[in-house]
Amino acid sequence: MASLSFSSSVSSSIPFLRPSALLLRPRPRPPSRLPPVRAKIREIFMPALSSTMTEGKIVSWVKSEGDVLSKGESVVVVESDKADMDVETFYDGILAAIVVSEGETAPVGAAIGLLAETEAELDEARARAAAKSPSSPAPAAPVAESPAPAPVPSAADLTPGKVVATPFAKKLAKQHKVDVGKLAGTGPFGRVTPEDVEKAAGIAPAPKTNVVAAAPVATPVAAPAAPAKAAVSYPEIPGAKIVPFTTMQAAVSRNMIESLSVPTFRVGYPIATDALDALYKKVKGKGVTMTALLAKAAAMALVQHPVVNASCKDGKSFTYNSSVNIAVAVAMDDGLITPVLQDADKLDLYLLSKKWKELVEKAQAKQLQPQEYNSGTFTLSNLGMFGVDRFDAILPPGQGAIMAVGASKPTVVADKEGFFTVKNQMLVNVTADHRVIYGADLAAFLQTFMKIIQNPESLTM
Amino acid sequence: MHASILPLSTSNPPYSTLRPHSSSRLCGLQREAFGFCSPPQFRSRNLRAVPAKTHSRRLSVFSTSNTAAGNRSSAPASFDYDLVIIGAGVGGHGAALHAVEKGLKTAIIEGDVMGGTCVNRGCVPSKALLAVSGRMRELQDEHHLKALGLQVAAAGYDRQAVADHANNLASRIRGNLTNSLKALGVDILTGFGTIVGPQKVKYGKIGSSDNVVTAKDIIIATGSVPFVPRGIEVDGKTVITSDHALKLEFVPDWIAIVGSGYIGLEFSDVYTALGSEVTFIEAMDQLMPGFDPEIGKLAQRVLINPRKIDYHTGVFATKITPAKDGKPVTIELIDAKTKEPKDTLEVDAALIATGRAPFTKGLGLENINVETQRGFVPVDERMRVIDADGNLIPHLYCIGDANGKLMLAHTASAQGISVVEQLTGNDHVLNHLSIPAACFTHPEISMVGLTEPQAREKAENQGFEISIAKTSFKANTKALAENEGEGLAKLIYRPDTGEILGVHIFGMHAADLIHEASNAIALGTRVQDIKFAVHAHPTLSEVLDELYKSAKLNSHNTKPASEPVAV
Repeated sequence: MASLSFSSSVSSSIPFLRPSALLLRPRPRPPSRLPPVRAKIREIFMPALSSTMTEGKIVSWVKSEGDVLSKGESVVVVESDKADMDVETFYDGILAAIVVSEGETAPVGAAIGLLAETEAELDEARARAAAKSPSSPAPAAPVAESPAPAPVPSAADLTPGKVVATPFAKKLAKQHKVDVGKLAGTGPFGRVTPEDVEKAAGIAPAPKTNVVAAAPVATPVAAPAAPAKAAVSYPEIPGAKIVPFTTMQAAVSRNMIESLSVPTFRVGYPIATDALDALYKKVKGKGVTMTALLAKAAAMALVQHPVVNASCKDGKSFTYNSSVNIAVAVAMDDGLITPVLQDADKLDLYLLSKKWKELVEKAQAKQLQPQEYNSGTFTLSNLGMFGVDRFDAILPPGQGAIMAVGASKPTVVADKEGFFTVKNQMLVNVTADHRVIYGADLAAFLQTFMKIIQNPESLTM
Repeated sequence: MHASILPLSTSNPPYSTLRPHSSSRLCGLQREAFGFCSPPQFRSRNLRAVPAKTHSRRLSVFSTSNTAAGNRSSAPASFDYDLVIIGAGVGGHGAALHAVEKGLKTAIIEGDVMGGTCVNRGCVPSKALLAVSGRMRELQDEHHLKALGLQVAAAGYDRQAVADHANNLASRIRGNLTNSLKALGVDILTGFGTIVGPQKVKYGKIGSSDNVVTAKDIIIATGSVPFVPRGIEVDGKTVITSDHALKLEFVPDWIAIVGSGYIGLEFSDVYTALGSEVTFIEAMDQLMPGFDPEIGKLAQRVLINPRKIDYHTGVFATKITPAKDGKPVTIELIDAKTKEPKDTLEVDAALIATGRAPFTKGLGLENINVETQRGFVPVDERMRVIDADGNLIPHLYCIGDANGKLMLAHTASAQGISVVEQLTGNDHVLNHLSIPAACFTHPEISMVGLTEPQAREKAENQGFEISIAKTSFKANTKALAENEGEGLAKLIYRPDTGEILGVHIFGMHAADLIHEASNAIALGTRVQDIKFAVHAHPTLSEVLDELYKSAKLNSHNTKPASEPVAV
């Protein structure tokens, strides 16, 4: 770097190329409010190193704050749009303050540092730098006053008199001018972690916690104060392991949070499954799965109740879907995905079963195309195989309703005449968006669904 | 990673006392050896191959030492094999393939797993991990993605799946390598090979009976193992070598890496991409001591400073204790010069990347009067093994990490091919200065030939001028399209003759770009010739194109060396 011989980079530039000529000239129009001493404090500007350069990045400061500079010495390495250049001073003095630190960018002509002529001006220069500095947070004082919960000095006794800080924590501390020596670390073995430094520097931790805290609004009065405290820290259980979400898990998480903005309600219905079980026994040999049977039944019921297949996308209108696409939740090793049986009302059971088999294989190989998992108009979730008898499902954003199917099991039922019989019965529970689907809609849909399940011959037609 | 690392970055203090006395044999110390360690006459001999008179000299050497060997024990009259290679790593494999091509009846003895370090515990699995770290970096770099107009949700990884990828890759390459040998009719003999006398090798698993085979010629290619300095207790869990790290059994929050050579750098790339913080411990005053200083400086700016990495330079780790009884890993540091205690670090894990030590124990070298030097088998520039009295041992060669000339997988293979050429009647001397090296960080670092300080020293000793040309990736269309303008290519050449002395690249795909330069050095192509070669536009190779074009030669030498051919 720093070379005028840098072949391609500089050949076109004309008189700009004497960085030293640009560096440390006195400010052209000093603001009048400055005290008379100002003439002794010079600003170091971001030089224009080429004709096309509008801003530059500080690659590194060759000198540190407090270093004595003499004319002609390299002070800072600047990266322009073309090359890296050593920039030198042509004034003697002391590098009083670095305003733009390494890795940051400043427009051409902006002050990147301050040069004091004598030691007497150092404090003055530093004060000016503090006022100027865009990145450094307000000096440490306010932080100290804030009632930060004193970190538990748990493991500090392991290393008496010595503060251990991780590499990134040290980097952050330097950047934010936090003294790690004054922090009590909360990391393993009492070490100072990047989070500790961020806390001390008054930087908000990741914003996601706010979402959680905002949801349960207790009382209007307490609300403003509460999130700040509640959001910041959950008690840490020592030895806990943090595993970041996979992409799939992050997507689930996002959808779940989003679902909180939809007003949902639930309607349950018991359905006898003896006839369905009998049918299943018959067609199982031909490759028909229970999932296909349920999806087909739901699709047929949806055709008769289009509103349950509708959704509310903008809060102002119904979106009636022309096709009936049944999404079915499938548990994966690291999450959940909902492959979609498109046009489930139109395909026969065998095609549907075949299609389902393909989708599951693709899902396991993580090869589903987006339209194969996001085009659902209605979702089916079945936990019956685990013996779950009833559960609530969360409505996926963008859909009108989701059906949760429990296990079918022998149940004592009394008929109209009061005779007891034992029938196989399952509980289905539908969660729906009440903006478009009302209680009666859902009840009517469930009644139709019940009739199809209890007289399943129509499924095979 | 490369099978070789700079033992220069070691934190083992007593190294200097162990240096070999033979001039040509410093060379566990990587390429520094060529610039700093070896006397000029060695270097000049090494530079270019094959004057006819060397050939006759070689024959005479053979006959004299043959009689010397004959005094100890007699060689068999007929042989089981033309060539037996001890060690089935990349070196042995390369030699075997070439030997078969040349019609030699060949056997290879392997005591561990086929493929050796490179395939099982080195270059290959590490590339799998680095492929993951490269993608993680891309997906985590919001600024970069945004600049390209991409939106990606939080990237995550499954440690076991990443580890499986590395392991599967190694098994696959191992399978390919084994099959290629079998298909060519190379006999694979299982067990540890030991030389029992001239042209005689026994092999067998420990505990089972030994077999003895005879061979007209023998190549030792037993490679190396990670070098662990004294005072460091490796438990394989919290204090580990690259062998363990490649299994990726856990990703520590904070890991200290001892040594900032190739291995250390590559692992810092992997670990920081997977979320660890890293502390480097380096015995030299600068990080990355083996690299051209300018490249090292830039690499530090890109690969170290902006990442969650800090470092201690000029220190030795004298004692490293694994984590136990609820205590972290502790590392005691002393000043490399004053030997004063300096600091004690407490971290979650430590990776020892202080270089590699030759694996030559049990080879039976004492049976043929060979003394290893720091474990390395002494050889001449034709890889012929030298015995304790300084005489060449006939029919015995040593290639690869075991001879320590330049500890890289492809060096071993090239040396093996060179030996087979000699065995089949073509004298051949490998030009080690034309062997490229690469470090697969993101972005990559690659180099061939001399560094700038080495070139300056050579120029001073031999009384010629050198010039430097540089180009930036910032001016390259393809690099800018990828938004990867960070990078530098540097050419060190003689302005009087146009000879290329060294090329160093830091930037996207540097490891793939270096070969144009290494081929030019190997073939003796000069700057004034190669500058007329055409590069496809827009490609990263134009960085080199521009580099050659920007070289300024003294005026009397600017014409192309050869007349263009009309077609």
